[in-house]
Amino acid sequence: MSCDPANRSGAWIHSTRRLVVDSNIEDMILRTICFVVAAMAIVATVGIAVAEDNVDPTAVKSEDGKYLDKEGNPTFKVAPDGTVDWYTYSGYRRYHSECHVCHGPDGEGSSYAPGLKNSVNTMSYGDFLAAVASGRKNVSTSQRNVMPAFGDNPNVACYMDDLYVYLRARANDAVGRMRPAKHEDKPPAAQQAEDSCMGKR
Amino acid sequence: MRKMLFATCLGAMAAFAADAAYANEELIKMSQNPKDWVMPTGNYANHRYSQLKQITADNVGKLQVAWTFSTGVLRGHEGGPLVIGDLMYVHAPFPNTVYALDLKDENKIVWKHEPKQDPNVIPVMCCDTVNRGVAYADGKIFLHRADTTLDALDAKTGKVVWSVKNGDPSKGETGTSSPMIFKDKVIIGISGGEFGVRGSVTAYNIKDGKLVWRAYSMGPDSDTLLDPAKTTHLGKPVGKDSGTNTWQGEQWKIGGGPTWGWYSYDPELNLMYYGSGNPSTWNPTQRPGDNRWSMTVFARDVDTGMARWVYQMTPHDEWDYDGVNEMILSDQQVGGQARKLLTHFDRNGLAYTLDRGTGELLVAEKYDPKVNWTSGVDMNKSSPTYGRPKVVDQYSTEKQGEDHNVKGICPAALGTKDEQPAAYSPETQLFYVPTNHVCMDYEPFKVSYTAGQPYVGATLSMYPPSGESNMGNFIAWDGKTGKIVWSNKELFSVWSGALATAGGVVFYGTLEGYLKAVDAKTGKELYKFKTPSGIIGNVTTYEQGGRQYVAVLSGVGGWAGIGLAAGLLAPENAAAWQGAAGRAAAGRALESAERNVDTAGLGAVGGYAALSNYTALGGTLTVFALPQ
Repeated sequence: MSCDPANRSGAWIHSTRRLVVDSNIEDMILRTICFVVAAMAIVATVGIAVAEDNVDPTAVKSEDGKYLDKEGNPTFKVAPDGTVDWYTYSGYRRYHSECHVCHGPDGEGSSYAPGLKNSVNTMSYGDFLAAVASGRKNVSTSQRNVMPAFGDNPNVACYMDDLYVYLRARANDAVGRMRPAKHEDKPPAAQQAEDSCMGKR
Repeated sequence: MRKMLFATCLGAMAAFAADAAYANEELIKMSQNPKDWVMPTGNYANHRYSQLKQITADNVGKLQVAWTFSTGVLRGHEGGPLVIGDLMYVHAPFPNTVYALDLKDENKIVWKHEPKQDPNVIPVMCCDTVNRGVAYADGKIFLHRADTTLDALDAKTGKVVWSVKNGDPSKGETGTSSPMIFKDKVIIGISGGEFGVRGSVTAYNIKDGKLVWRAYSMGPDSDTLLDPAKTTHLGKPVGKDSGTNTWQGEQWKIGGGPTWGWYSYDPELNLMYYGSGNPSTWNPTQRPGDNRWSMTVFARDVDTGMARWVYQMTPHDEWDYDGVNEMILSDQQVGGQARKLLTHFDRNGLAYTLDRGTGELLVAEKYDPKVNWTSGVDMNKSSPTYGRPKVVDQYSTEKQGEDHNVKGICPAALGTKDEQPAAYSPETQLFYVPTNHVCMDYEPFKVSYTAGQPYVGATLSMYPPSGESNMGNFIAWDGKTGKIVWSNKELFSVWSGALATAGGVVFYGTLEGYLKAVDAKTGKELYKFKTPSGIIGNVTTYEQGGRQYVAVLSGVGGWAGIGLAAGLLAPENAAAWQGAAGRAAAGRALESAERNVDTAGLGAVGGYAALSNYTALGGTLTVFALPQ
């Protein structure tokens, strides 16, 4: 499968909604989506491999306000005074809108679904995106756990990195159980990505 | 010949009509037999009161477990069993297994019904795969499945007599509520307020499952079954298209107002009563206007579905205060006059008493003193804001706007009370109410709608009220005056339906798993026993072979299980909230918080306890009786 952002045809673009936007942002989004689609393909063939995510979460660089680890995966950044990066903060908000009704407050888990704070430690960034985009199903005599596919839900799909970064920060105890008190300003790139992904009002 | 045919036809019609009315009369008669428990609500008035008095305030302390039964399902177990003669009917959450047990023969399984349902319905059930129980009439057991299918089962064999599909889970429509049988109709609601469904109530014929009428919570008059001239709101006609003209554009089509609560019925007035839930989305800015008729008490004619009167409790909801809680019907003296009353404990923290014939508002008072989003309801009939709650600006998520985190709103979205039904004793004339004692921060923001996907639009965090550590209370309430008579603190929200009895005992369950018995007059705790899992089910009583039994389903889950499993807050957050150490350094804050919590008076962990430290999943029916 080609994951060249220049390749703007193909059904998978249509399913991810309203992506007719200007160059940089679109490339960024397409890169994420390619990753998701690729990861989904892997899941379809081999299933999700459970492995410790041993990648050092330390941010080594920043791209338009989004911090990346040495592997180039999104990560959190917490300043000594507790100020968190925008994506951690945004992820907190999105998590408590879309995810907490099943997974419990602060990624802690519930009687209904597992604590994602622990789950992100056992899955790679790609596995995470794939699970959110295509859902999971664990139905047996004793288990009846089903997670829906959020790939078509812009309230989730447009904020996958935000959710990942927030949960990664929780997994590494970089942020506590509560709304982060202080956060960096919303980067213009995040605003543009949001507007184009959500469809401007 | 023609004459004869006509006569036969008339005769057949009359016979059919008599047959139709029979189900209702049969049920009324059966519900007067205290040995049985024939409908989920105890009786049509939703009293959850039993005339049985073998178990009394004096001897309840000797109660013992008589027998238990595992449902084989792990999820949250709401509702309670039915008892009809020698058979008990026990239901379970998804996959919605129903068992018929023979009470006369070692509680053996007579039949079991396990419908095949697509597991894809599981993730569109907002707050666990709960089911609130089955109903009985006309020799059939009615099951409202998660996937919205209504199954009518032969009560003796469990065989499916007929089956109809009420909604579409691919749009987020699901079934959690218990059916109720009024006359020859089975009434069911719909869940999915967090998925942008448009709520409706539907009446099916108990004989064949044929749809008789469907009434939506919002939409044109032909959908809402509101008569512009005859249906009243606070004594005035609602006017034309009241179900669309307080909405902007076509938002009403995904307007919410689900109907997953309990239903009551007054056979004399031929009116049924229920409430509608939250408008969609939780972000109020995206739906300007009063959003009628979400958050509304409905009184509908059972035969036609036409609304006699409506009352919107929380116009333009800004906090997810669903109005679905039960409407309890009582006949009491108010101001020296005999009145036919309806009492309702709303999620918004106000307890309402209305005249159930006319919809006249008589009482609207807070049933938790911590409720702060409103300063009260305008009771002045000549005021332009008559019947509306006065919203305190500081706690208005609409006034503060999108992307603004409004702090310290009481109650939290789970309400001062959720679906867990209260009981009413005609003897003490008191209501016994399981309540939540939880506050929240609420930040609304823009969301877009995708069919079948969550449509929420707000970020929430919840915690006990400032300075307090108990997350629940079990209270006795005087509906005539709007006053708390007594109040017992509970560590966690009380998420179990109450039972009042002629023995002067009131029963309820707790989230840790205790079945508790308290004195109906004083609230004094008389007995407790820890069942295998947390209780979110409703307590039932029945008599078999001369013994009175008390039964309850345990099996933690539901919204309570989701919100409280991990505890509402960690100690460091509790400290920040309590202001005890909010500004201190993190380490010191934690230490101080632990001290704080230790001295909270409700055990070592105080109000910030994690439910997961007390109980785990698993559905079990526990049945109690006095020793023989």
